[in-house]
Amino acid sequence: MEFGSINPVLLLASLMVAATPILLAALGELVVERAGVLNLGVEGMMIIGAICGFAVAVNTGSPVLGFVAAAGGGALLSLLFALLTQFALANQVASGLALTLFGLGLSALLGQGYVGIKPPPIGKLDIPLLSDIPYLGPVLFAHDVMVYVGLGLVVAVWAVLKYTRLGLVLRAVGENHDAAHALGYKVVRIRVLAILFGGACAGLGGAYISLIRVPQWTEGMTAGAGWIALALVVFASWKAGRVLLGAWIFGGVTVLQLNLQAAGIAIPVEYLSMSPYLITILVLVIMSADRSRAPASLGRIFHASQ
Amino acid sequence: MNLTKLLATAALALGLATTAMAQDKTKVGFIYVGPIGDGGWTYEHDKGRLAVEEHFGDKVETVYQESVPEGADAERAITQMALQGADLIFTTSFGYMEPTLAVAGKFPNVKFEHATGFKTAPNLATYSARFYEGRAVQGHIAGKMTKSNIVGYIASFPIPEVIRGINSAYIHAKKVNPDVEFKIIWAYTWFDPAKEADAATALIEQGADVILQHTDSTAPQAAAEKAGTVITFGQASDMGEYAPMPRVSSIIDNWAPYYIARTQAVMDGTWESVQTWDGIGAGMVGIGEISNAVPEDVKAEALALKAALADGSYHPFTGPLKKQDGSDWLATGETADDGTLLGMNFYVQGITGDIPN
Amino acid sequence: MLRLEKRPQPSKLWTYLTPLLAVVITMIAGGALFAALGKDPIAAITTIFWEPLFGEFAFYYRPQLLIKGAPLVLIAIGLSLGFRAGIWNIGAEGQYIIGALTGAGVGLAFYPMESWVIFPLMVLAGALGGWIWAMIPAILKLRFGTNEILVSLMLVYVAEKLLAAMALGLMKNPEGMGFPGSRNLRQYESAHNAELITGSGMHWGVVAAMIAVIFAYILLNRHILGYHIRLTGQAPRAARFAGVNPARLVLFCLGTSGALAGLAGMFEVAGPAGQVSIDFNVGYGFTAIIVAFLGRLHPVGILLAGLLMALTYIGGELAQSNLGLPAAAIQLFQGMLLFFLLAVDVLTNYRIRLSRPEVV
Repeated sequence: MEFGSINPVLLLASLMVAATPILLAALGELVVERAGVLNLGVEGMMIIGAICGFAVAVNTGSPVLGFVAAAGGGALLSLLFALLTQFALANQVASGLALTLFGLGLSALLGQGYVGIKPPPIGKLDIPLLSDIPYLGPVLFAHDVMVYVGLGLVVAVWAVLKYTRLGLVLRAVGENHDAAHALGYKVVRIRVLAILFGGACAGLGGAYISLIRVPQWTEGMTAGAGWIALALVVFASWKAGRVLLGAWIFGGVTVLQLNLQAAGIAIPVEYLSMSPYLITILVLVIMSADRSRAPASLGRIFHASQ
Repeated sequence: MNLTKLLATAALALGLATTAMAQDKTKVGFIYVGPIGDGGWTYEHDKGRLAVEEHFGDKVETVYQESVPEGADAERAITQMALQGADLIFTTSFGYMEPTLAVAGKFPNVKFEHATGFKTAPNLATYSARFYEGRAVQGHIAGKMTKSNIVGYIASFPIPEVIRGINSAYIHAKKVNPDVEFKIIWAYTWFDPAKEADAATALIEQGADVILQHTDSTAPQAAAEKAGTVITFGQASDMGEYAPMPRVSSIIDNWAPYYIARTQAVMDGTWESVQTWDGIGAGMVGIGEISNAVPEDVKAEALALKAALADGSYHPFTGPLKKQDGSDWLATGETADDGTLLGMNFYVQGITGDIPN
Repeated sequence: MLRLEKRPQPSKLWTYLTPLLAVVITMIAGGALFAALGKDPIAAITTIFWEPLFGEFAFYYRPQLLIKGAPLVLIAIGLSLGFRAGIWNIGAEGQYIIGALTGAGVGLAFYPMESWVIFPLMVLAGALGGWIWAMIPAILKLRFGTNEILVSLMLVYVAEKLLAAMALGLMKNPEGMGFPGSRNLRQYESAHNAELITGSGMHWGVVAAMIAVIFAYILLNRHILGYHIRLTGQAPRAARFAGVNPARLVLFCLGTSGALAGLAGMFEVAGPAGQVSIDFNVGYGFTAIIVAFLGRLHPVGILLAGLLMALTYIGGELAQSNLGLPAAAIQLFQGMLLFFLLAVDVLTNYRIRLSRPEVV
């Protein structure tokens, strides 16, 4: 076997790009689930983010406004989910799936005028000096801004959950909503905010695909990334740092299997393309040896009947 | 009363009705495998449909159904169009072959046309395009333009259509550049922008400075644009928004002339079940404008090749050619017959790697 | 101020009224959507809900409702058992694919022999294939505590790749000119899941779905296992005291849903679809999750919900080709229907009370 033609530096650099959309979406979902809500509509919110971001970026010429709109679009869609699950007390699994169906349909309608258009380009954040460091430079310091936003968000989510009062309240709500309610926390309000945050993050992840990674608009272009993001959250045992690790592993395996093919390694392709999913399962099994559990109230309906 | 009888009666009644209204409108139906907004395969078929509408104006009515899954749903969608009085139905994906055949048997008075298949019936014709002719032109430009001598190829599924394209491109790249090497990634998808982007990036990282694609999105074009010096070719549609760099030319599916001709045939009552396999000459395969990123002499050669393909004086698979394993395939001057081409399941000599199966 | 008050018992009246209410609201909202797209809303709604049932070509569409609805009901019944007990099999789509592959595999292995044993063997193989695929998350859950939602979901992707590999490789029709896809099982009499009464849409999959509904009804209402399932879902701790063995329950629920999904795949590949092809699966496994919830995890409810879903699919297709509505609008419409059904469900379990803010 010959791996010589695979350049590990370039591989790592493209891994970070491939990981960013699922990283953003998974971080949002992590916060949602930490608050005790299971929103399976990530795919729907991502694709809405993808089209909102794309449309606004094309019409205004500003990718930044595009990303803002994507976050807004994702959050708006997640508001529907919040209304259903927090006020109408509907089942979360079913509501999430409905959200995905709805999001896919709506995005296709919204996007009808945007097929075959190129979005405004987004410059790379070539940090001078740093990006010239051999090996490390291209891997760490020569990406678009959103890659760093994703990394920053990992740190922010981790720090907020761990060290702030807000994080404490959020976790309390997720662990035992009845106790949290008895302590005087606004369970519903906190959960709605968490859901909106999750929607905004998923929207950003979707816009990353339509504005940077691909970049173009096509129907159904998120192609299952939302489901991967959901898997990442469990994979990470609801810990922000591990979401990053998981996103890199998943992005890495995806990129690596394409590189192996291009390098002409004789592995049956159809089995190679299964590898990201099989490896995710494998890592899930290894990780579940760790006994950190899901938030105790995850997916349960809260109704303040007292 | 059984279903076949019922359907036949309905079809008959409708058949009579449509004959009675023949002066009125000819109804043409289209079954699409993707959304009309996919920017590639289905998008081009729908352009063909719109061309039919424009050409015939009030004399036709077109209906379509998009994103029809292959299998039981397709059979229902096609039946439904026939029931609603369509005179001519185009089913535009290989996977519709069995459903189309089944429905054609129940509606003898409706004409059916199935794209890229091989099963026919008295009221079922097939049509497809010789895209490999376009691949020959691409291969020529690729062989001339590559500096790293590495050409990346994003393949979709290991089926004869795709393998023909790889072989044709390789033969013509090799002809002008004996050192050229093809790196092939099987994406196992016709359309998945994110995956195509990753595949293009992987190929570029491995030194490819020309990317050919048999998948439909523009994602590889964008990846090449980012890389700067890599050239690409549009697939299915012109992808002109990426010209002059990285997109230096393209293969365009142009179904409009065929759709118009067949609709006309139904109107005139001259429609017959045929197996059409047209190429550049008939205009079914278009070569998008070769951009100024290509040197003048290469452009001239490519256009000459295109002309030779169009008038039939040159066949892309002309001997001497050997198969990958070194066995003889075509003797000097011999050209490949359509049967071998339709079922092509081998690489020509020089391509490394195996076809997955 | 509006306030929700939990009913001591779910309201019988509202259980029956809410689905109707939801359909009415969807028609209004959907009509507005269609009008916004420049289509006649009344025509669109009647095309979706009326035409397939009572329109000119209803003789064709009514049987199609069974064909489209049967796999949904069959899969959803299996899923509902697990969902009641808090065991989440989200990967029915994968089990459906594997069932189709094993079922078709048995049939193709016998080709061209004709014998009556072939079809029953295929049925067994289909159920077994789905069962095995569902056992993977079940065993991983029991042995390592791995989350079954994700494992079953990941296995959908693996199954899809396997399907592509089979359609392009092992199961490819040797007479198919190198094109992907297996032989057509509909042209192979011993393996063909044909209509039992021509023109009725009744094939063995429909029969299996009916049996599954009855079986599930009896299980949930008359059998100790059904009681355990319900108890585990409502009060997991109490269930443990009552002697419920959670491991057995996981194996049973995942196994049953897997086997039923596998059966659905097998009946589909041998009948309506006819062949193993790259895009054989069309999302029945995911839609069935929605059907299970629409039917409130109740066997009879699921039967009705499956038929309603099938109606929106078939009616939606009609609206596409007759009125030129984009496919996306139909998808949106289905999403709305689900939203409203879920939203009005609150009336079943809660009472809405007007209450004045208390004066301090």
